[in-house]
This record gives sequence, structure tokens and C-alpha cells, in this order.
Amino acid sequence: MDTFVQQLINGLTIGSIYALIALGYTMVYGILRLINFAHGDIYMVGAYAGFIIATSMGFAAQPSAFGFVVTLLGSMAIAAAIGMAIERFAYRPVRKYSKMTTLITAIGMSLLIEYLFVFIFSGTPRSFPQLLPNDNITLFGNATISTSQILIFVVSILLMVLLQWIIFKTKIGKAMRAVSFNINSAKLMGINTDFVIAFTFALGSALAAAGGVLTAQYNPKIEPLMGIMTGLKAFVAAVLGGIGNIPGAVLGGLLIGAAETLVVGYGSTIGIPSTYRDAVAFAILILVLLLRPAGLLGSNVQEKV
Amino acid sequence: MATWLKSFIAGAAVILVLYIINAMMSSTGFFGAGIDDYQARLLVFIGINVILATSLNLINGFTGQFSIGHAGFMAVGAYSSAYFSVTYGRGIEASLSGLGETVASSVVLLIAIVIGALVASIAGLIVGIPSLRLKGDYLAIVTLGFAEIIRIVILNIDAVGGATGYQVPGYANFLWIGIFAVITVVVIHNIVKSDAGRALVSIREDELAAEAMGVNTTRYKVTSFVIGSAFAGIAGVLFAHYNKFLSTNDFQFIKSFEIIIMIVIGGMGSMTGAILGAIIVTLLPELLRQLPDIHIGATEFRFADLRLVIFALILILTMILRPQGILGTAEIGGFLKRFRRADKPTGGLK
Repeated sequence: MDTFVQQLINGLTIGSIYALIALGYTMVYGILRLINFAHGDIYMVGAYAGFIIATSMGFAAQPSAFGFVVTLLGSMAIAAAIGMAIERFAYRPVRKYSKMTTLITAIGMSLLIEYLFVFIFSGTPRSFPQLLPNDNITLFGNATISTSQILIFVVSILLMVLLQWIIFKTKIGKAMRAVSFNINSAKLMGINTDFVIAFTFALGSALAAAGGVLTAQYNPKIEPLMGIMTGLKAFVAAVLGGIGNIPGAVLGGLLIGAAETLVVGYGSTIGIPSTYRDAVAFAILILVLLLRPAGLLGSNVQEKV
Repeated sequence: MATWLKSFIAGAAVILVLYIINAMMSSTGFFGAGIDDYQARLLVFIGINVILATSLNLINGFTGQFSIGHAGFMAVGAYSSAYFSVTYGRGIEASLSGLGETVASSVVLLIAIVIGALVASIAGLIVGIPSLRLKGDYLAIVTLGFAEIIRIVILNIDAVGGATGYQVPGYANFLWIGIFAVITVVVIHNIVKSDAGRALVSIREDELAAEAMGVNTTRYKVTSFVIGSAFAGIAGVLFAHYNKFLSTNDFQFIKSFEIIIMIVIGGMGSMTGAILGAIIVTLLPELLRQLPDIHIGATEFRFADLRLVIFALILILTMILRPQGILGTAEIGGFLKRFRRADKPTGGLK
């Protein structure tokens, strides 16, 4: 029981990170029908931006809540700006072309960010400084939760509530929903669709960067290719929940995170070695797409002739 | 001249040319006019990449499906055939030793190729039947998922070395790789020009319309997937037996992306485009490698790393400036053909 609770806590911690990244995938897909492959790399960019802020402003030496908040917000702002720049200079020019073209542009963007960071920071991992004191709190028996895990839960829930508020209670949120419903009609209604799309990229990138900084507090090793696998799994989470569906992305993220740690913890008892960890997400993805292609919370769209 | 005779002469000429190039593969070979090992290796990889690009082009370019997991099938072919060669290769070679070393190793390689192609096509069938119910992005992501699963499963099989890598006997050389590159191009060219090829292109242009015209779209889609996978498997076999060492890192999805980039840069749906793309993608990073390193203060910036950045930039710029790739769906030599056709007298009913 203790171990199960422990596995679940660890799984939900990773799951929250996947959920934060999945939100960006799902929003962009909802609006542009584009799988933004570079999104996983924005998560990595966020972690590096946080690393630079924390080390250059001296937060690394003295753990403080102020230092953490500044690092988090700073890296979210930088990532938002980069996300908007990517949209403006790479995706907007190809938006009018076929799906294949936009997808390949996204793949190119992903490679560009990865290798630019390898070039600048070299491939060797860096150690992210601890910004808040980290303790283990015993829940019961042997199950513990660390303060960095609590931090991940609290910050990601706050950000998700904030996102929900932006999308359903503000004017720009209404515009986002309109654009995702039908981009041409939205344009006819006088919505500045280019701005809405740029805003969506900024929002998604900021969430991914927050995920990057939070992960780095939990697991301080950061490296330029860290976004590839995490990004793919977050994308799987978005598809699992129903791509384009915001609560679905959160649900999908938590499920993938939990499934992954449970396979590592218990897989060997049913004959799945823990090295299959990375395959779990993809196996789930394939099952979902074959059984319920619209995802858990998504709705089926009929193809028009 | 009879058609078969023409084909025979063409085939013999191709083999002769490849044989001469193969003889030049060492700096002492071919009367001292040879090339060094590095260049030889590049030529070999061009050959393998031509097989990969043209076979993916059948799926993505001509049938209009979007597979981004081609490296997975390459891995299946590579590992299954390597397992065969390691386990039975020596035995077969020994029993055929009377025929000479070259013949014996060639026989083993040919059996390995058949095995690799078969196993890869079975993998293609298993992946293809369920996934081809899906379209566009979803198909893309499922193929990527399958390729990753294949890689992780192979990584966990200790019989083929698992994470430590797998030593494979080096039966393949440029001659074999060249011959199979030519075979791949000819076979896929003929498929595309046949009735079946027309059906594939009709699926690309408009799947619903194709179905309405009586094309069994599922069957054709799965067929193109299986054939594409089989050739990817062959590329894997040749890679395994040339490289003499296999590691699952060679088949990460970055490899699949690389193959996609080849057909995209060359022009999707163009045979010569895929070949051109394969050549560019193989040579360009190597050319960029020649750039010097720069030092700013104590930090050294290595251009070996920057070459991948430049590569990615070229990809993005191609998409923005020329999304159809260098050739689009046209072929090199297409203009010539059109020219020639105009001279011929045209007969029959109009």
C-alpha cells in the first residue's frame, strides 16, 4: 500500500508536468490543426532560461520564495516571446500550405532549437540550482512527498485554473474559442486571428516553460535534448485526452504519468520490465487511437464531402 | 531490339559501372585511381539513403499517407537479418566454402536480405492494417509511436545485444548496396507507372473520390505500406552488414525525420527528387563539417554542432520558400521526354 501510494504520488508529479506541456499542444492543435513538434523543446528552453536567470541573479546561492517566483515568471516570459517568434517567422508563412508542409516546418523548428542549444550550451547536462529548500514529508508508513513535489502540484493547479479563467472568462479567451471553432467565420466577425494565434502560442509556451522550471526543481539535470521524449509523451497525453480539449489534456497528462510510474513499479510482476517505461505512452496512444480516435473527452467530427 | 534484351543490356551496364566504382573503393584499388575510405563510406550511405527515400516516397509521396516511422522498419530488417547472419552465417559459409569465399558470403547476404525484407514487410502489415484507418496527423503520430515501440522492444532483447549493441559480419559492400539501390528505384518506378500506381496517386489526390471510382483504398494503402516497409527492411539489412555494428540509437525517430527531410527537400512524389534529396541530405552535413571552429574567449564553438543547426534552417527555409521541394512532383529528364514525344507521330483515335 505504501509503495503504491508512493508510486502514485511520483506518477502524478510527472503527470502534472506532462499536463502543463500537453495544454500547449492541445491549444495550438485546437486552433491551427498543427502538431507543434517544437513545443517539447520550448519546455527545455524554459528550463535553460530559468537556469540562466537563477544563476545570473544569484538566486542559486540563497534559496528563497522570491527567487523562485522571479525565475518562474522570467522563464515563462522568455518562452512566451520565443513561442511567438517561432509562430511569426516559421509557422505563419507556411500556414496557407498543406498540412504536411506545416508539420515538416514544425519538425525543422524542433531540430533547430535542439541543435542551437547543443551548439550554445554543449550537450553536457547542467545542474539546475535548488531555489527552494527541499524536504521530505512522511505521509504514512514509508510513503513520502517532497516539498518540490508539492510545489509542482500547487503551481500547476494554479496555472491550470488561471488558464481556464483566461479561456472562459476573458475577451481574448472568447476569441480563442471562436478561432478554434471556425477560423474563417472568426475573421469575418472582426477577430484579429493572427493576434489570437500568437497569443495562443505565447500562452502554451509559458505553460511549457513553467513545466521546465518545475521539473528542474524536482530533477535538477537539464540538457538540450530533454524536451524530445517529454514533449512526445505530453503530445500523447493531449491525444489521449482528446486533442483540442483542455480538461482532456490535463486528464491525459496525469494518466500517462501514473501509468508510466506504475509500469516501472509493478510491471515486472506481470512480465513487463521497467525498461519499457518509454514504450508505455506509445502503447496507450495506439490503443486509444484505434479504439476511440477522438480521445477520452473529445467528440467525433464527421468528415464533410 | 526486344525489350528484354534492352533491359538485360541496361542491367549489365549498371552492374559494370557499380563494379568499377566498387573496385575504386580503396585508395590502392582500380589501378591507383581509388578514393579514400571516408568518401567510400559516403557513397555507401547515399546508396542506403536512396533506398530509404524512394521507399518512403512510395508511401508519403505517391500514396499521400503520412508515415514518420520509417526507421522502425529499417530497424526490424536490420536486426532480424543480423540475427540470422550471426547465428547461421558462418555455418552456411562453411558448407558453401567449395564455391569460393565471395560466392558463399554473397549467398548469406542474399538470404539475409530476403529475411530482412520479409520480416519488415510483416511488421509493415501489422502496423499498416490498423493504422491506415487513421488519417493525416493521427497516422503520422501512430507510425512514430510504432517505430519507437519497435526500437524499445529491440533494446530489451538480449539475444541481439540489447543496449550494448550488436556485432554483425560485414557481408555487404558498395556493389551490393548499389545494385539494391538500383533495384529499388526500378521496382518503385514501375509500381508507380502501373495501374496500381495510378490507384495510389488517386488516393493521394482525393481519397473519397478514389473510393467512389471503385479503388479499394484500404487494400492499396496497406499494399504501398507493406512494399515501402520491405524496402526499408532491405536498407536496414545492407546498413547492418556494411556497418558491422548495430545500436538502437541508429534508429531513433531522428532517423525517420531524416528520411522525411530527404523526400521533402527533393520533392514529394518525384522519383528523381527522392534520389536528389537522399544525396543532398547525406552530403550536406558532411560538407558543413569542413567549416572551421571558432573561439570566443575561452569558449570554443564547434561547427560540427552548428552543421545540424544550418541543416534545420535549410529545411525550414525550403518549406517557406518552396514547399513542394526542389522538383515538386516533376522528374529530372521529364522535360527531355516531353520534347522527344513532340517529334513522334501520334496515331490512333483522339
